[in-house]
Amino acid sequence: MKLIKNRLPLAIVIVLGFLFVGYAFVPHRIAEDYRNWFLTWSRSMSPFAVLLGIMSFSKNHWTRIKRKVPNWYFSVVTFIGLVFTAFAGFYWGREAGTIYMWIFENIQIPTGATIFSLLAFYIASASYKAFRARSAEATVLLVAAVIVMIAQVPLGMAISRWIPDISQWILSVPNMAATRAIFIGVGLGGMSVSVRILLGIERTYLGSD
Amino acid sequence: MFEVIGTWVAAFCTLSIFSFLYKDNPFYRFVEHLFIGVSVGYGLPIVYHNVFIPYVYTPIFLRHEFIIIIPSLIGFLFVFRFHSKLSWLSRYPITFSMGMVGLGVPMSLHANTLVQMRSSMLPLTNINLVVIFVGTVTILFYFFFSKAHEGTYKSFTRIGVWYMMIGFGASFGYTVMARLSLLIGRIQFLVGDWLGLIQ
Repeated sequence: MKLIKNRLPLAIVIVLGFLFVGYAFVPHRIAEDYRNWFLTWSRSMSPFAVLLGIMSFSKNHWTRIKRKVPNWYFSVVTFIGLVFTAFAGFYWGREAGTIYMWIFENIQIPTGATIFSLLAFYIASASYKAFRARSAEATVLLVAAVIVMIAQVPLGMAISRWIPDISQWILSVPNMAATRAIFIGVGLGGMSVSVRILLGIERTYLGSD
Repeated sequence: MFEVIGTWVAAFCTLSIFSFLYKDNPFYRFVEHLFIGVSVGYGLPIVYHNVFIPYVYTPIFLRHEFIIIIPSLIGFLFVFRFHSKLSWLSRYPITFSMGMVGLGVPMSLHANTLVQMRSSMLPLTNINLVVIFVGTVTILFYFFFSKAHEGTYKSFTRIGVWYMMIGFGASFGYTVMARLSLLIGRIQFLVGDWLGLIQ
């Protein structure tokens, strides 16, 4: 049983993974066929991953309702939103002017935009705490942020015609150096994690028994 | 009429979310939970029409490519994730997806590391290229922990920290401005579209 539960899934990852390494280095028709086969099969599996997500979501909210946890009735609102929106999309279609698009335009878009805009207030208070220039590094961060912010509004140009140019220089030179170094680090980190998975050292994705 | 109701509903959602600035309250919670439900519900028909129909239903039932039944059945094993005794079956579709990490080794090395290194190793013909080169190297020094950060080496790493602070400051500035423009958009909606005070 351990073979089917643990070793076979691990072997599948290792075999498929090394075949993909081969695909990247061997420009042959068989390698291309392997990639196409993998993509076709992956796409056929993917809707069931979404089904799992819906099941997990529903299970979580159903448990809240069943156990009558504090504010459980909001989970009912979530279910109503889910069922009605999905029903509207399936029954009345997804074209412009349908109820489905009405919900999208008048509930989802404004609420999403407002939730993100709320962060403007919290960023303001967080930046007060972060930007108190207590060290040279914090001062550099503060100055860079202020220049980039001011340059994007007419006030920047009104203060000095150089501010937009300085902002552009910050973004395309020192910021570029930081981004580049971080990308190199991300690349090396990603590669090492991939190698660990390929060699069967990293197995957390299998979950526990 | 439909449009007017839509504007009022959007205004109610916007004000309910803004009410959180005062404190957590039932209006905020109501709209927050509604938003989550609507977002998930919105995705379902899209996945059904854009993924399930073209990649599962059409190949099996219209083109009679019965081999697609196998990946569909493997994908269906995801559902067993919540079964206490058979949850191990859901490992199979996960492991199939994890096979993609094999591509991650060369792709990650190429896209993130080699391309970025090549871009940093240009002839240093102007001051900006020198500044970028020095920044990239000193930041990499900072993240090299096999050598203690002391003496001259520490001075190099501090230059790297300064570069990162400038980068983080620039990213922060951009994020703040993006959020502010969203806030301006919502205020314009409330004052203009809803209350009609600005044209």
